[in-house]
Amino acid sequence: MLQFSVKHIVNKVRGGVVSPLTLRRMGVLGMNARNIDYIARYNDREKFPIVDDKLNTKRAAKSAGIPVPELIAAFESPASRKRVMDVIDPLWQFVIKPARGSGGKGILVIAGRNGDKYKKISGAEVEALDILRHVSNIHSGLYSLGGKPDRVMVEALVDFDPVFDRYSVEGVPDVRVIVFRGYPVMAMLRCSTHASDGKANLHQGAVGVGIDLASGRSCHAVMRGLRIDQHPDTEVPFDALEVPDWYELVRLAASCYEMTGLGYLGCDIVLDRERGPLLLEGNARPGLAIQIANGVGLRERLGFIENLDEEMFKKDVDERVAFSMREFAVS
Amino acid sequence: MSPRVQVYVIAALLALVGAGLTAYKNLELGFPLLPGEYRTVWTIEAKVGFDADGGPVKAALTLPREQRNMEILGETFSSSGFGFYIAREDDEYRAIWSRRAAQGPQSLFYQLDVYQRPGAALAQPLSLSTDVQKPFLGAREQEAVRLAIYSLVEQAHERSSDDESFTTQLLFELNDEENQDRNLIFRYYTDRSLVDVALLVLATADIPAHRIRGLYLEDDRRRLSPEDLLEVYDGKRWIVFEPISGQPGVPENFFIWQRGGKSLLDLEGGRNSQVTFSVIANDVPARDVSMRGTKDEKDALVDFSIYSLPIEQQSIFKLILLVPVGAMVVVLLRVFVGLRTSGTFMPVLLAIAFIETQLITGLAIFTLILILGLWVRFYLSRLNLLLVSRIAAVVVTVVILMGAISVVSYKLGIEQALTVTFFPMIILAWTIERMSIVWEEDGPYEVVVQSGGSLLVAILAWWVMTNRYIEHWTFNFPELLLVLLAFILVVGNYTGYRLSELMRFRPLVR
Repeated sequence: MLQFSVKHIVNKVRGGVVSPLTLRRMGVLGMNARNIDYIARYNDREKFPIVDDKLNTKRAAKSAGIPVPELIAAFESPASRKRVMDVIDPLWQFVIKPARGSGGKGILVIAGRNGDKYKKISGAEVEALDILRHVSNIHSGLYSLGGKPDRVMVEALVDFDPVFDRYSVEGVPDVRVIVFRGYPVMAMLRCSTHASDGKANLHQGAVGVGIDLASGRSCHAVMRGLRIDQHPDTEVPFDALEVPDWYELVRLAASCYEMTGLGYLGCDIVLDRERGPLLLEGNARPGLAIQIANGVGLRERLGFIENLDEEMFKKDVDERVAFSMREFAVS
Repeated sequence: MSPRVQVYVIAALLALVGAGLTAYKNLELGFPLLPGEYRTVWTIEAKVGFDADGGPVKAALTLPREQRNMEILGETFSSSGFGFYIAREDDEYRAIWSRRAAQGPQSLFYQLDVYQRPGAALAQPLSLSTDVQKPFLGAREQEAVRLAIYSLVEQAHERSSDDESFTTQLLFELNDEENQDRNLIFRYYTDRSLVDVALLVLATADIPAHRIRGLYLEDDRRRLSPEDLLEVYDGKRWIVFEPISGQPGVPENFFIWQRGGKSLLDLEGGRNSQVTFSVIANDVPARDVSMRGTKDEKDALVDFSIYSLPIEQQSIFKLILLVPVGAMVVVLLRVFVGLRTSGTFMPVLLAIAFIETQLITGLAIFTLILILGLWVRFYLSRLNLLLVSRIAAVVVTVVILMGAISVVSYKLGIEQALTVTFFPMIILAWTIERMSIVWEEDGPYEVVVQSGGSLLVAILAWWVMTNRYIEHWTFNFPELLLVLLAFILVVGNYTGYRLSELMRFRPLVR
């Protein structure tokens, strides 16, 4: 039963609020500061479409030689039933996404089929009609910011590396790396849980695992704001977690700087069993939950990069990655 | 200049201009800074009555002079059947009514609204003649009167040091009924008033003087005759005397109608002419006084403002001018608190609807429509419609719901619910659509959080927007929008933490 006594609420609020001075001392980056000091200063408006539109991201990544999940088809204009069915009918697994969806909305993952039915990754089954309606909704702009008409992309489902199977339930684990002026500064793994309904959003109950930039090992894990040691569903301890191909993954993230030209960038990367790290999408306004997952504020690291010598910003990807791995290692 | 410095410079300039204009309007034009200030406006009506002889008629009424502490807000003339114009004659304005033929009793009206400001009544230089025309007192039968006048002058002269004290002494003697000389004079000039006699005596004493006609502004006075004051030249300046008390200075509340000059009314072609006055005091909102006062001068600030619009549009603007305030509330709650709402400025539209419907009714209607709309929307989502048609269907549903709510509540006798039409339908439909998506994707909890956040912001915005001070300031001092803009610009530079972040980042501290 919920209790709504004044005392209860006051205690909750008092216990739940921390002093802004403490946060500042810890170097926690707030939303307002992020918007003004980093996004407005280092991200050119004109470069936003490269990451805001996933079709653009895909195209740019291709020409920059960055591996991405395979694009099966894209519907630029509202598609007829036949066109959509022609594309998805021969497929066993696929993902339908809005090109300009915000906050991971509108992503439909089909993991398999059962006769005429399509199985979602959570196990629920949908019909072809539901998929067609979903496509039509995306076109109408239901998931895009401001309700603008959108494009639909059909992507191959990533053949996830089984290394994360025990850490992510009913969903897709991905690694988020914040890249500041070409230097990776922080990373986390987002594992979905039963409570998060297969979604990788931390505020919905997914686990955020801070990853040591130097080693790719887990250094901190948080669920619903509480530090945890093991996955709540599988009870596998996070201590043993180590992301394979870590150097390749960080290098991929760092090279997105050249690709997008965005100074303050979040890269979402997934691990394919065969192909290794793949760039899922970029984000010009990466969120701040990564600080909670790592238990560390971003400001100090960002400030460190900002104060680097001008020469340092002419280094190539491998030098930058090596630098970041050295400087931002969890000792 | 870095953008941050630019913001501060622009904000400072905007705030300065806004505050400056506001101060100007308050101090110079008299717009009240606080709501509910009332000022007394006197309505003075002069009635010219006479019996026309049947031939051509021409009546000329001297109009009041400008007076520094009395602001004339407006004047009206009523003159049915008469031709009318205003003529200027030697520094004086006269209203002239004329008619080719008139018979029997006639009434002409002149009405003016006057607002009394604090300050001295007379300060304008006066180019009145200081010539003295000595009265002729040489006739034999005037011997006694002449001696009495000389005696009065001499007595006053002895008891005074200059022209000012002389006049006071003289008036004192003329008011003293024990004084034999005074009684003798008044017995001789039976039809003369005190001021007439005083003028006569002053002329004898070689002191320039004339009369001032005017009225005491007292509420609800009818059929008043004009009162006289005495104005005397002491060699350097003109001094006004109240004849009964003999005190120098214009009495408070005295409205000067005519200063020096000749008759109050000239009439040709009529008899038994008479000018009577009536005075009424009205309590008028201070803003209206300022508005009416500046109308004639065509003050640019007032003329090129919302006040120049017709009343109907003004009342619309009254609402529109509140929108920036609502937007500011949203900005504050977003930047400093970090409340999640559905649609950034949707709460402002809701708040405007609440202004029309009253808060409780508005909340009830909004919740009702949202719940019913969501319910309908869930059914619609099963029909596989295109998004646009689905939203249009929701719009139609919302309209039907509004109609139903109005009719049902009217039948039940709840008239307030009729204001349901003030809700922005399209916005409501979109809100319902978004909420249903949020429901599907993030669960009902998120719907409650977001609509609760929107409602909270809307209620706060409504609360601020209906504040009588805010309402007063936005409408009467639209310049304050510049200050608001400056404030919003500065807030846009805030890089500190939001209140919600103090909770969100709690796990980091520990």
